[in-house]
Amino acid sequence: MAVWAAWAALGLLAVVLVSFYVSWRAGRLDRLHTRLETAWAALDAALSRRAAVVQEFSAGPWVEPASAVLLADAAGAARRAGDAGASGAERELAESDLSRTLRAVLEEPGLAADCPGGQAALREVEAAAKRVLLARRFHNDAVAHTRQARSRRLVRVLRLAGGAPLPEFFEIDDEPPRIPGSFGAL
Amino acid sequence: MRVGLVCPYTWEVPGGVQQHVGDLAEALIGLGHRVSVLAPCDEGAGEALPPHVVSAGRAVPVPYNGSVARLAFGVRAAARVRRWLREGAFDVLHVHEPAAPSLSLLACWAAEGPIVATFHTSNPRSRAMAASAPALRTALEKISGRIAVSEAARRTLVEHLGGDAVLIPNGVAVHRFAAAEPLPGWPGPGGAIGFLGRLDEPRKGLRVLLEAFARLGRERPGLRLLVAGPGDAEQARAALPAGLRANLVALGRVSEADKARAYRSVDLFCAPNLGGESFGIVLTEAMSAGAPVLASDIPAFRSVLGGGRAGELFGTGDPADLAARAAALLDAPERRSGLSRAAQEAVRAYDWRTVAADVVRVYETVQPAGASAVAADGGTGG
Repeated sequence: MAVWAAWAALGLLAVVLVSFYVSWRAGRLDRLHTRLETAWAALDAALSRRAAVVQEFSAGPWVEPASAVLLADAAGAARRAGDAGASGAERELAESDLSRTLRAVLEEPGLAADCPGGQAALREVEAAAKRVLLARRFHNDAVAHTRQARSRRLVRVLRLAGGAPLPEFFEIDDEPPRIPGSFGAL
Repeated sequence: MRVGLVCPYTWEVPGGVQQHVGDLAEALIGLGHRVSVLAPCDEGAGEALPPHVVSAGRAVPVPYNGSVARLAFGVRAAARVRRWLREGAFDVLHVHEPAAPSLSLLACWAAEGPIVATFHTSNPRSRAMAASAPALRTALEKISGRIAVSEAARRTLVEHLGGDAVLIPNGVAVHRFAAAEPLPGWPGPGGAIGFLGRLDEPRKGLRVLLEAFARLGRERPGLRLLVAGPGDAEQARAALPAGLRANLVALGRVSEADKARAYRSVDLFCAPNLGGESFGIVLTEAMSAGAPVLASDIPAFRSVLGGGRAGELFGTGDPADLAARAAALLDAPERRSGLSRAAQEAVRAYDWRTVAADVVRVYETVQPAGASAVAADGGTGG
């Protein structure tokens, strides 16, 4: 009788320990998913902001009409592709195109040099472009860690991730423009 | 923004990470942020500490990564980290070198919320980091923004821990160099040229400078050469003609304060490196001190000197060119003061204020407006 009770107690202990471990692993995964959501929200916001700032810049008196059309066109395309927080290949293409347009137009020396407010507006565009680079690095970092955690056998077998889709990397050309006379490593 | 910085190594011991955290904290405060630094400190250091530094107690010497390191760990250290997190109520927690088994790792483990980490180590075969990667994973997974101080540090991090990081290099504390006093008696009436770096490392190019100095010394018997850095000064002296040997003054290994004074003590600072420099920290320091710079034409130096606007370039490894350009500069005080002004202007790009502004941009990215602040978890550390 006592032997049975001891075995039962041991078995119960094992069940408790295993469930603790599994719930700890699930909590870890949950935290990664939260981090991923925050990182994506930050990236989405940074991309929208960049498009908005570029659009505003293109409407100012400091750019000649050819550059203005190029900027407004690229920013508009990025904006449309990113409506409703979409990810996907279409948005990646549009955002990459915007980065290339920014480099081609803004790296021209003398741009907005002697127009009041021009330099400040230029700095704002530059800052928005740098924010995209940061947010995308951090987002892809979170994606890499989440994908790694979800590839674990325990996570797959017990379906700890639930129905959440496997996160995708956001791959774009995000190299910010090197504006003459500007400081900073980023 | 309320920022909590964590330094894993003893505050009073000189070191790259400590220096970085101290300079960053000052620059952030200068930008108007509220900063608290948590670091291991020696007993009774209380009064000597800057007001924004909080002691986490004493660090214990322990074998780690092939040498004896002084680290803070254990239940008491963890409790202090938690208390500091609770009292600070930070918007962002910024840990340094979180892979080292010390305070930064404990802070990652105990905190919930926006965490930024800076990785300093650049050792492609860090056995410690490779072996401990699985144990670190849980704590390091919480970091939402990772910064590497060099391309090499970034590669090390990606190799051992996966993921990615942004590159933000160390800054230069421009004001510290600009305010230093020249050493007594320098530069002197005969003029002086400066050099800083290991004397016996061929790539630092002291040989090239010595050969050029031998040529210059023939027409300028009063010209002196101030050499700072570890290595055998007698060997360097022996490379000069007998009559000029007394004109070489060697300081040996110098403290940070004396280094700043050395830059201020010369009419011309020479960086004759033959290559292998990735950034040129020596140049940015000399420029901060306002020393007119004459440097070899390697890509890193060319870039720091703005293609020659903020300092003159000479043919790499060419003593004749070096001597000719040095002579011309020594004879043209106006040209030298022009270079000095241009250097102080150009070095602003590497100033800690500029670097700190980049770091703040990282804070803003991981901490969108209105997001929750950093909290200490219940103590189970999941």
